Amino acid sequence: MTIAIPSLKVETRTRASSVSRLIALAVLALGLAAPFLVSRGAVQDLFFILTMLVLAQSWNLLAGYAGLISVGQQVFVGFGAYAMFGAVILFGIDPIPAILIAGVLSALLAIPTAFFTFRLYGPYFAIGTWVVAEVVRLLLAQWKTLGGGTGTSLPREAVRDMAGVGLLRDLFGMKPAQASDAITYWLALILAAATIGFIYRLLRSKQGLGLAAVRDNEQAARAVGVDARRMKAMVYLATAFMTGLAGALIYVQKARISPDAAFSVTDWTAYVIFIVVIGGIGTIEGPILGVILFFLLQNLLADYGSWYLLMLGLAGILTMLFAPRGLWGAFSDRTGIQLFPVRRTLVGGPSVHQGGSSHG
Amino acid sequence: MTILDTIVQGVLLGGLYALFAAGLSLVFGIMRLVNLAHGDLIVLAAFLILVLVNGLGLNPFLAVLIVMPLMFIAGYALQAVLLNRTLGKDVLPPLLVTFGLSIVLQNALLEGFSADSRRISAGALETASINLGAVTIGLMPLMAFLSAVAVIVGLNLLIYRTALGRAFRATSDDPVTAGLMGIRPRQVFAVATGLAMAVVAIAALYLGTRANFDPTAGPARLIYAFEAVIIGGLGSLWGTLAGGVILGVAQTLGAAVNPEWQILSGHLAFLAVLLIRPRGLFPRAVD
Amino acid sequence: MTALLETKGLKAFYGDFQALFGVDITVAEGETIAIIGANGAGKTTLMRALSGVLTNAPDSVFCRGEAVGALAAPDILARGIAMVSEGRRLFPSLTVEENLMIGAYGKRRGAWTLATVYDLFPILKERRANPATALSGGQQQMVAIGRALMANPDVLLCDEISLGLAPVVVRDIYAAFPRIRESGAAIVIVEQDIGQALKVANRVYCMMEGRITLSGRPEALSRAAIHAAYFGAQSHDHS
Ligand SMILES: Nc1ncnc2c1ncn2[C@@H]1O[C@H](COP(=O)(O)OP(=O)(O)O)[C@@H](O)[C@H]1O
Ligand SMILES: [Mg+2]
Repeated sequence: MTIAIPSLKVETRTRASSVSRLIALAVLALGLAAPFLVSRGAVQDLFFILTMLVLAQSWNLLAGYAGLISVGQQVFVGFGAYAMFGAVILFGIDPIPAILIAGVLSALLAIPTAFFTFRLYGPYFAIGTWVVAEVVRLLLAQWKTLGGGTGTSLPREAVRDMAGVGLLRDLFGMKPAQASDAITYWLALILAAATIGFIYRLLRSKQGLGLAAVRDNEQAARAVGVDARRMKAMVYLATAFMTGLAGALIYVQKARISPDAAFSVTDWTAYVIFIVVIGGIGTIEGPILGVILFFLLQNLLADYGSWYLLMLGLAGILTMLFAPRGLWGAFSDRTGIQLFPVRRTLVGGPSVHQGGSSHG
Repeated sequence: MTILDTIVQGVLLGGLYALFAAGLSLVFGIMRLVNLAHGDLIVLAAFLILVLVNGLGLNPFLAVLIVMPLMFIAGYALQAVLLNRTLGKDVLPPLLVTFGLSIVLQNALLEGFSADSRRISAGALETASINLGAVTIGLMPLMAFLSAVAVIVGLNLLIYRTALGRAFRATSDDPVTAGLMGIRPRQVFAVATGLAMAVVAIAALYLGTRANFDPTAGPARLIYAFEAVIIGGLGSLWGTLAGGVILGVAQTLGAAVNPEWQILSGHLAFLAVLLIRPRGLFPRAVD
Repeated sequence: MTALLETKGLKAFYGDFQALFGVDITVAEGETIAIIGANGAGKTTLMRALSGVLTNAPDSVFCRGEAVGALAAPDILARGIAMVSEGRRLFPSLTVEENLMIGAYGKRRGAWTLATVYDLFPILKERRANPATALSGGQQQMVAIGRALMANPDVLLCDEISLGLAPVVVRDIYAAFPRIRESGAAIVIVEQDIGQALKVANRVYCMMEGRITLSGRPEALSRAAIHAAYFGAQSHDHS
């Protein structure tokens, strides 16, 4: 199989994408204004949606584009959160720079974890990432200064005096709690926009093309000079950074941490996987659609407890079996609409059908 | 407790981990499939045994004989209906489907049995032990270990001495050519998963009698099983037993130093092996 | 009379690529057929369609009059059609003897047993406990043929059994064919070695670019006609 690189350059910007660019700007502008337009509860809901979106986009990049199926991304949420707590509690750093520090430390943590997990073949990589997450959780549970196994809270004044709170109070007369909600929300909005922007640009770049080639056929990609391992390692580090930032940000808002919550497989990996799978893995639109659906479902079915998760799991299985590219993929295949056109592979390339034969 | 005693307890615990792992190892060897719901299926089997023991007053050993064929059928159906559809070059579908299954099973068990911790009562056997001076060997842990050995001997006989075992190996080598021999790979896969689930039923008996379990206990069992497989090296069931023993000993030694370190020291032993021998301690020569 | 094995207008595709364009062949009871053709002519594709590896030509393959084009390999085998695949495709995890035994997995009883296969290829008995892939190329080919015979087929399909083997070794392997024929099986051999093919066959088909370009009894075919059917039209000049 050859990869027809020249023919893949055409058609990256569609009419829909120009429209979606305008829509994106409008949404962003509206989003920035939200704290002045809607209630504090709604701002918190939006915060939740945006941070889940960041996690979903990161996991999608990792699994859907780089083929690294991790069920241990909670390690970076938890570690990012703990790093932020550490910076604030131990060094008295303001929470907002502490978030950045947490992101950087998460990316650094990804170096040793990649060193271990990249030794494991395909499916075992998944469980390997999980083990690593467990190890980090158990280690942090030993850190008594940060509350050990039971956890701890951010000092009240750390959040109340967070950078920008004073400004918002002076300018708009916001109460500290309201102001800190607004600030974390804006950060989440920026982070989500930056994450999507980064992934979009990455996928449209030469590296992104290499990534698609690796996913479609690792051998062939290697033959045309794509260093699959390096690509994957890069993506792994980048997602660790994004996930760590998101984790830290989430826990600035929660202001209370414990190892079990910060490293929860359900909250930070299972939900994220279902968001991506149901929305549409391997597309940028999928996680956006998925996270909106997820939020609606959660509000609708939150009272049903484990039934809710059970149904989410079933929906994930059914999607994987019958619409493996998710709701957005099914929609996009039918209508040809792409809001973030990065799929330019296969145009002019040879199509490989499974003729029921791997014999040749 | 002497260090010798600690090590012996670890070895016996390793037998339990090998029981967790044998099915995982078998299925991976034949179809390169990693079932992320493996641990939850162990817990499911434990609840089935519990129901028979508490509900019908059956002896747990009798109950496991009933649960084994049930789990075989469940495994066969699971593979035939669900997992066979996910097999292919792409590792994503089987992983995500079994991950979904894991969540479904956990929450179904939560609905059915609540989040309470349960235990299967084995009566007087629970406390029975053999006193060897410095070392005291509990009868149940010993039986778990011996069961692991028996399961591995049995599976190896099956794999290397029977027509079905040849079909397993042939299908693992080359499913298309196996088809030309009259082997139906999908059926072979279903039988393999069925067998793995029958072994899971045995593992469940010792899981449930040894300690408390609840509907969310599955993932940790999956991780122990996985660690035993990787430490031992892919493709060898005896390696898996050795891997389980190393994991068990690491855990009991860690716990002897500080009870909080039990699980952590098992994980660290696993990472150390991964670091020094990425292919495990006893990898199969051909792979 | 219905043929033992027959294709009518068989087409085959790999994705969008068409490999066979309406192939008609028949195989009668006890016959030896040779299919010759250059690399890429579609011979292996034809064999895959006959053996159930390819299953997407439901109305084009017939076994004793029954449409079998959609049946999977095990069902085809159950109807008495066994194949020696191109490249032998032994199971590396199995010993020589286990490779032979797995040939009988389909449980068709008949003249071929471990004993008679060892009788046909005595060297295999000596090497029976070795891993199959530890044998020489010629011996591996014997295992592959023996493995297919263990199913006691009515039709034995052999795809390029001489490929990559030294001429002496090829001769040894072909020396077994009279005995295979005696057992009553029809044989379909695919060969690029035209000389070898013409020697053993009752009937020859020549393929080029997914089509049958010539067929007939070997003695009735002129070298020029074969040459033209094998390589293409320009060889008309020679005749
Ligand atoms: N698995 C496959 N996928 C795509 N094309 C194939 C495949 N197998 C064979 N072909 C193509 O089909 C044609 C016929 O191949 P084949 O039947 O193997 O020819 P032969 O056996 O005569 O050499 C060739 O052009 C080959 O490239
Ligand atoms: Mg060929």
